[in-house]
Order: sequence, then structure tokens, then C-alpha cells
Amino acid sequence: MAPRTRGATDPGGQRQLLSAGDVARTVARMAHQIIEKTTLGSASAPRVVLLGVPSRGAPLAQRLATRMAEFSGIEVPTGAVDVTLYRDDLRRKPTMPLHETVVPDDGIDDALVVLVDDVLYSGRTVRAALDALRDLGRPRAVQLAVLVDRGHRELPIRADYVGKNVPTATDEGVDVLLSELDGEDGVLLVRRGEAR
Amino acid sequence: MKHLLTAAALDAAAATAVLDTADGLKHALLGREVHKLPTLRGRTVITMFYENSTRTRVSFEIAGKWMSADVVNVSAGGSSVGKGESLRDTALTLSAAGADCVIIRHPASGAAHRLAGWLRDTGTHVVNAGDGMHEHPTQALLDAATLRERLGGIDGRRIAIVGDVRHSRVARSNVHLLTALGAELVVVAPPTLLPTGLAEWGVPGLRVTHDLDAELPTVDAVMMLRVQAERMHGGFFPSAREYSIAYGLSERRMDLLPDHAVVLHPGPMLRGMEIASAVADSPRSAITAQVRNGVHVRMAVLYHLLAAEEDRS
Repeated sequence: MAPRTRGATDPGGQRQLLSAGDVARTVARMAHQIIEKTTLGSASAPRVVLLGVPSRGAPLAQRLATRMAEFSGIEVPTGAVDVTLYRDDLRRKPTMPLHETVVPDDGIDDALVVLVDDVLYSGRTVRAALDALRDLGRPRAVQLAVLVDRGHRELPIRADYVGKNVPTATDEGVDVLLSELDGEDGVLLVRRGEAR
Repeated sequence: MKHLLTAAALDAAAATAVLDTADGLKHALLGREVHKLPTLRGRTVITMFYENSTRTRVSFEIAGKWMSADVVNVSAGGSSVGKGESLRDTALTLSAAGADCVIIRHPASGAAHRLAGWLRDTGTHVVNAGDGMHEHPTQALLDAATLRERLGGIDGRRIAIVGDVRHSRVARSNVHLLTALGAELVVVAPPTLLPTGLAEWGVPGLRVTHDLDAELPTVDAVMMLRVQAERMHGGFFPSAREYSIAYGLSERRMDLLPDHAVVLHPGPMLRGMEIASAVADSPRSAITAQVRNGVHVRMAVLYHLLAAEEDRS
């Protein structure tokens, strides 16, 4: 693969927004922010659960939990919540395969659930995730952590933790690569007709 | 997928996609208090049953309701069929009334195909829930789901299908589907209960034998079929007792099976006829698992037919 220089657009029409090192630093910073905002480790802290939205939110949640354990010494339960069955655009696309939903053993009732996803765009995935959570239990609160916020919200939804804000055009796409699924880490801005 | 009419039309990829979705749905609902998903909100599913059924009709109804579809049940007895309305007119009526999907069970082989032809221009999907002695594709899918779960896979497994193959749509659908998924099949039946033209099913590697005892020690699963007295007009075997001795799965025969082998039966069971009570209730029996998987598989079928963008092919 051709080396990517940050800020430069290669002939294929893609630009690197975050390098592998940037992704690691960003995840570490978000882990610190979650520890701080949830007062993790304090006597009054709620039970925190990280739930990733497949496919890339799930490994991100794992990474955040690993970092949070390093920084705070507290193991935070993680899981995954598949939103496919709750999407509002199923009828606009070919049949979508399902992903796994994994709820931690103690459930999510009365927990502070941090939803984790790779890219925040229209907000419709998050809306679907909120609907899915309602069927899984009753958290005391729900927060949202995203690696990239690319704007263009179509619903009144905002993230509590943002790795990087990226102004984008609607004909651009943001591709998050994670070594667990893609063999390498990085975030790319790509030009295409319709974003993923 | 526009319709699900036969298992023979499913290749390994299509069948595996449905089975994977069924697995996903099963896990999505596991341990949940709320058995309700919003996926098919606003879609209308009508079941049309011209033959008796407990598990198929109930599991389709539950499958639809768990995915928030509106499910309407029509039975031949309580509908205009009793006044002499033709199947075609009934189908067009249900489609005009707003059915997005019609699930049909009918005593005539090919009924679901005819229905799909009549409804071609309407956008209504058709699912075959058993047509005469032809096919019962969702039963084969739920059997495949159960075998995958219990054996860890289907490719390369040996499976015996035993009993009244002649009258069994379950057998035909399973032969096609399980072969497509890579299983090695052997059909065990008395000569009178084998369908004519079995060779013309075009299934490579299908073996036929009359000796059950010889097959049991080497199979991974044995699928017992019900003796379908309602389709038998004539003597196919001397007596129920004789059939049971030659082809029934007794406790003695169960002991011939390898330790890991499972016993399936599509139900309803005739205990003491094709299967002994002690076998049906033994840990080897996957019969209740089949029913449970039936709900998830039918949810998956409805998902593949109704949830995605309209596929007119």
C-alpha cells in the first residue's frame, strides 16, 4: 500500500486523517475522558459498561476498556449491541447480515452505558442503538463515545466523547480501519458518491 | 429472495445466510425479557392453512409477532374456502387486503408455486409451509439449524432419513438442503414407502437402503419421519406393529448409534410407532430444540423476504 502522508490527497482520492499512532493516542485520551466524566473509581461512581456498535464499535469498546483498566486499575465490562434489526433504512438496502449482541453478565440495568461507535454521522445508528438498549434493560444513563464525528446530523443526537471532529462533505466518506478487522489502524477520508 | 417455495432452490450460500441470521436472532433474543424486535413493523403476514398444523402455524405466527409484523391467520374451515372460493381468488383477496407475505400450507403438491405465479404482479411474497407430498422448506432449514447446533456443522456429516419417505415433504426438502450443505445422506425405508422416481430428484450421492440396523452405527444423526396415515390409500405395510419392528427407532436401536449422534423428528410424533417414547425423551433427542429453532428460522426467513429493499427477481 502506498504510504499516506497526513493532509495530502493521493491520486485515489483518499486522505489520511489519523495515523495508527494517532488512533492509539486518541483512544487513550478518550479513555481518560471517560474515567474523568464518569468519576470511575470514586465511591459515588456508577457501574460503567462499554457497549460497542458492530462492526468497528465493538473492538473500539474493547480498546477503551483496556486503556481504562491501565489508567484507573478498574476493569470495566464491555459488550456489543447489534442495531441491524432496529435500523430505519433496512428497506432501502439489500438484506443486511446480523452481528452479535453481547451483554455483560450483570446486564445493563441501572448501569451507566457508554455506547461506542467508530463514526458519528446522521445519528440514525445511535437512535437505533438507543432503541435496542431499551429492549435489553434500563440503564441509569447512556453516553456516546465516537472516534470520529463527521457532522451532518439528521437527528438531535450528540456525542459525549469525540476522538476527532472532521468537517466533511456528504460525498466524502470516513473509513475507520482497525487492526482487529482490517489488519491496520488508521482513519481515511475518501471521496465517493455516497458515504458508508 | 422474493419467495421461499422449495429447499431445492437454495444453494449452500443462500441457506447458510438464512441459518446465520437465525443464529443471530436467537442470540439477540437470548435471556431477554422482551421478545420483540421492531424490524417488520407495519408489514402484514397472512398464514393460510388448508391442512392441520400446530407447530408450523404457531411458530410462523410467533416469528412474525416477535418481529412486530401484523399476523393474520386464515384457516380453510373458517374462511370463504368453505363457500367454494378457489385458491386463486382467496390468494388475490388476501393480497388485495394488504398482505405483504402469504404463508401457505396446502394438501396439493405445487400449491405454493401456483400461488406465487398468481401473485407475481402484486409484490406479495409467498412462503411454502408444506405443499402435499412435495416440499416443506422451513422444516428443512430448522432441521439444518438444529444439526448445526448439535453437531457443530453439516458438511461431511452422515445423516439417515428413516420411514415414510414416499409421503414426506420433509424428507424431500431435507434431502435437497442437507445435500447442498455437504451432508452425506442415506434414505432408509421399506420399498413400498419410497417415492417413485427418487433417482430423478437429481441428488448426487444419495443412498437408499432397507436395513436400518446396518446404518445406525455410522451416522451422525437420524431423522425419523411420521407414518402419514392420512395420505395412505392402501396397504403400504402389513401392520403398525410390523412397521415398528422393522423401521421404528427403539431403545435397542438407539444404543447402536455413536455416542454423539442425535435423533430428530419433525413432529407430530407417533410414539411407539416410528419412535419409542424413551428415545423421544432421551438426551439424544433434539425434538424440542427443533421446535425452538423453528421460531428463529422462520423469523430469519421473514427477515430475508420482507426486511430488505424490494427484490423483484
